[in-house]
Amino acid sequence: MIEVKDVYFSYPNGVEALKGVSITIRNGDFVAVMGQNGAGKTTLVKHFNGLLKPKKGEVLVDGVSTRDVSVANLARKVGFVFQNPDHQLFCETVEDEVAFALKNFGYARNVISRRVNWALNLLGLTQYRKTSPFMLSGGERKRVALASVLAWNPKIVILDEPTIGQDYQQKEKLRQFITQLRAQKKTVVIVTHDMEFVAECNPRVVLMTEGKIMADGRAEKILTDYELVTKASLVPPQVTQIFMKLSDLGLPSDVIDVHEARKILLDLLVGS
Amino acid sequence: MSVFDGLKFRRVSSPVHDLDPRVKFFFVCVLFVVAVMFMQLLPLILLFFVPIPLVVVAGVKREWIRSLKGASMLAFFIFFFNFIFNYIYNEYPRIPSASLIEYSVAMTLRFVVMVETFSVFFLTTSPDLLGLALEQSRVPYEFCFAFTTAVRFVPVLAEEAQTIMDAQKSRGLELERGNFLKRIRNYIPILIPLIVSAIRRSLELAEAMESRAWGATKKRTNLYVLKLRRTDYALAFISILMLVFAVMVWRFIPIPALNTLLSFS
Repeated sequence: MIEVKDVYFSYPNGVEALKGVSITIRNGDFVAVMGQNGAGKTTLVKHFNGLLKPKKGEVLVDGVSTRDVSVANLARKVGFVFQNPDHQLFCETVEDEVAFALKNFGYARNVISRRVNWALNLLGLTQYRKTSPFMLSGGERKRVALASVLAWNPKIVILDEPTIGQDYQQKEKLRQFITQLRAQKKTVVIVTHDMEFVAECNPRVVLMTEGKIMADGRAEKILTDYELVTKASLVPPQVTQIFMKLSDLGLPSDVIDVHEARKILLDLLVGS
Repeated sequence: MSVFDGLKFRRVSSPVHDLDPRVKFFFVCVLFVVAVMFMQLLPLILLFFVPIPLVVVAGVKREWIRSLKGASMLAFFIFFFNFIFNYIYNEYPRIPSASLIEYSVAMTLRFVVMVETFSVFFLTTSPDLLGLALEQSRVPYEFCFAFTTAVRFVPVLAEEAQTIMDAQKSRGLELERGNFLKRIRNYIPILIPLIVSAIRRSLELAEAMESRAWGATKKRTNLYVLKLRRTDYALAFISILMLVFAVMVWRFIPIPALNTLLSFS
């Protein structure tokens, strides 16, 4: 469980990135943090594993303040996958890359090799285990980065912009993957602009603007609130837009799921 | 890293900022040469005060002091090693003499003088102007461009290094752990991604430049042209005067050591 209590944060150059943010993320939650560039999304999630410490206020991870423990210590609980895999890949082989964190955490050798096999298999990277990560494609590198974090099985997984530069198929795989993580009772936090992706996942949505949380609630409630979404420089999902524009047909305006939309439309067509 | 803070340029206007970069560079060179010429403490103390008026006029006191603070660790090492090695070689069983201390202080001060002049120069000269100065000094444009680009990308790289550090810390890397050698090895996971992305970035930059007709004409023209003004001539004159004076003193006047001067009086 992550509790953020009235957190303020400003960068050394004076930019105030968080201005009084409070939020609680319970175990097993699936949260999408959304908002325009510079809203403070990444700054907020960097507080979850102690990379940034609040200037004012407090962040508690399982009841422990992030000020009192090191990042390396928190990382065992909170796995953070960065936006750009090129910022973390450095080993000669994919296998070493995945084992890096496990070695840092001091796991025994046989445990490491078991976990590496598990993580590579999970993300379909087993065939590349002896390949250099620099030889892989962008999407594959992103998967290696993901595997290197999931390898130690953290309770909470944070994904910063996981869909950027991914084709549709890979996004779909990612979505299934997140569903899988949720089935294992993990807490998943994603930071993203990708409206369609969020609409398909249907998580709890936290909307941010200018260092504050503007709205927090179920995706179908927040993403269909035209005014709210526009204020955050986003647009509602396409399905919702169509339904909004067809509201004189008596269509509900709070639909984000394609399958649900299909059902409603079928009912309408068959019924008339 | 705070040493580099003292080299960061901010665009403000002051008589020092407006000086011609070539003349300013000449001034810095003169100070360098004079600092290297003398090994005695007395002239180096005098030299220490020479750039201070420029700092005050330019209004960069805070940044300038920060760069000196940043260099203080290195200055301390220079003092320490000069003192220890000279002591071991020359005076070992006896008590260290006053002249040895004076010599070590002088060597340290020489370093401080170089840092402070360098700092004033970079604090008051924009990288673009510097590139322009190089260009108008007939340095081939390729070199000027490489130089200005390198300077311009320092903050970008610093930011990237921070992100990489965050990413690796999130994977349990502890930079401060282990003995000296282990600590150096801890930086490998930071350096490799940093270098790889710098190379990637430079290739991308090269492609972007070529698509914008880089090198299409042999003779480039510039929007701005550097011109010497009265203040520039004045600074140049002062620099030459200083150099001549220093050479005369160095050649003809024996400089007393500070400790003998003090013990006589």
